[in-house]
Formats: sequence, structure tokens, C-alpha cells
Amino acid sequence: MSLALDAASWLLLLAGGAFVIIGAVGLIRMPDFFTRLHPAGLTDTMGAGLILLGLLLQAGWTIVAVKLAIIAVFLLFTSPTSSHATARAALAAGLRPLLTGEAGKEKDRAP
Amino acid sequence: MERGEANDGRRAAFGYRPVFHAVGLCLALAATWLLLSGYFQFLLLALGVLSVGLCVWIAMRMDLIDHEGVPIHITWAALRYLPWLAKEVVKANIDVARRVVDPALPISPTMFDAPASQQSDLGQTLYANSITLTPGTVSVDLDLQVIRVHALTADAADGVLEGEMDRRVSRVEGQA
Repeated sequence: MSLALDAASWLLLLAGGAFVIIGAVGLIRMPDFFTRLHPAGLTDTMGAGLILLGLLLQAGWTIVAVKLAIIAVFLLFTSPTSSHATARAALAAGLRPLLTGEAGKEKDRAP
Repeated sequence: MERGEANDGRRAAFGYRPVFHAVGLCLALAATWLLLSGYFQFLLLALGVLSVGLCVWIAMRMDLIDHEGVPIHITWAALRYLPWLAKEVVKANIDVARRVVDPALPISPTMFDAPASQQSDLGQTLYANSITLTPGTVSVDLDLQVIRVHALTADAADGVLEGEMDRRVSRVEGQA
């Protein structure tokens, strides 16, 4: 493995690790259940994605690379599905989200 | 059966081609088997053929082989949509990460209904999943043509209401 490839791979792994840690910090810092779902998404998307990319560079053109790609595809479908199921279950169980912002403010102000 | 009739209606609207979807499922399962095993001896290939056959047969008996269970008809459109989605996910990731590490924690959680212009359950699922996959927005409920979204910030909420993702997913679905 060339040095450049190795360096790129390590950079991706470290960046992915950073996103996982930021996701975990966000999970602790957010004020309620629904806001906590968002930093959890960091771990699923950029965190896992960058780590998989870094591992892909380590694997090279082998069958291991294909398996890593398949893991990425599974994550693409399972992570939003489980997030949605969790959020929907919380809402159905009567948990009210903490809200401070308002969407589409400009539109509401129009006469 | 009520559910069965509803299924038939949706299938008719999207062109029910059981052989096309069954062959697609066979190919996808065979490729998965070969790539995950990496062995090409007769015994393992034969076991693979048996497994694929069994899976497709069970799926047929469970009435799962249609445009929803095996959505291979949108493969190319979905592949063209993926790079754009990846770009949006990266942008949203950086935004949320920045807010998490900001000592002031600048968030403004919002809950709102976003219109979903997709015509099929498959399209709406694709749109709702795209919203959830993007950090900062999570779809919490799905009704006919309306998705209830929880957003971490008002900015993220306005991004969804702007509707570009909605239009792009509708285009993916439109390739059916």
C-alpha cells in the first residue's frame, strides 16, 4: 500500500471517529428526546460513512471492499428506518417535543 | 380481502410485472450470495442456487414480489439521485456538528407538516427516509401526501419546506 493511500485512509478514519464522538457529545448536550435524534444521525451517516470509506481504502480492490460497500447500503436503509420508528413510537406514546422554532415564518407573515 | 384489493389497485397503477420483479430479485440475491461468499466450488454454488430459489419462492407465496417489495424499476433513477442526497447529507452533517460543538448550542427545534408530492407508497417512503437520513430533520409521522417532520433548527425546517428534495424524489419515482 502506498503511503498516500495509507495517509488518506487514516485521515478518513480519524474524521469518521471525530463525527462519532461529536454525535455522542450531541446526544448528551441536546435537551430532549427528539433533538437527541439529530446528533445520533451524525454517527449513522458521516461517522459510519467516513470510517467505511477509510476501511475501503485499506481493503483495496478485494471482496472485502464489496462487503464494506454492502454494509454501507444496509446502513443507508436501516438507519433512517430505525430513527423514524423510534421517533414515531415516542410521539405515539404521548411524548411532546420541546419546541422553540417555527418553520415557514415568512409565509405566515404574508397577508 | 381489503388489503389485497388495495394492493391490486396500486399494482395496476404502477404496471404489475411479476416476472420482471421476480427475475430482478433472483439476480440481486445471486449477486449478494456470490459477493458475500467469494467461493466458486460446485457445492457452495449449488447451495446458493437452492437458497435463492427458496427465498424467491417464499417471497412469491407471501405476495411480496411487486414494485414495492422489489423496486428494481427505479434502480437507475435512484442511483442518479444518490450523489445529490450524499451532498445534502454531508452539508447537514457539518451544520449539525457545528451546532453540537458550539458552547451556546444554537438550536430551534421545530415540528411541522411537509407536503409530499409522490404518488406511491414507495416514493413517499423514499422521501421520508431521505428526510430522516439527513441530520437535523427526522420524519416522525407519515400520512397521505403529508410528512410530519421534526427539525433541529428552523433553517433545516425551511430547507425541507423549500421542496427540492421532494421534487427530486418525485422525479425518481416518475421513472417507474
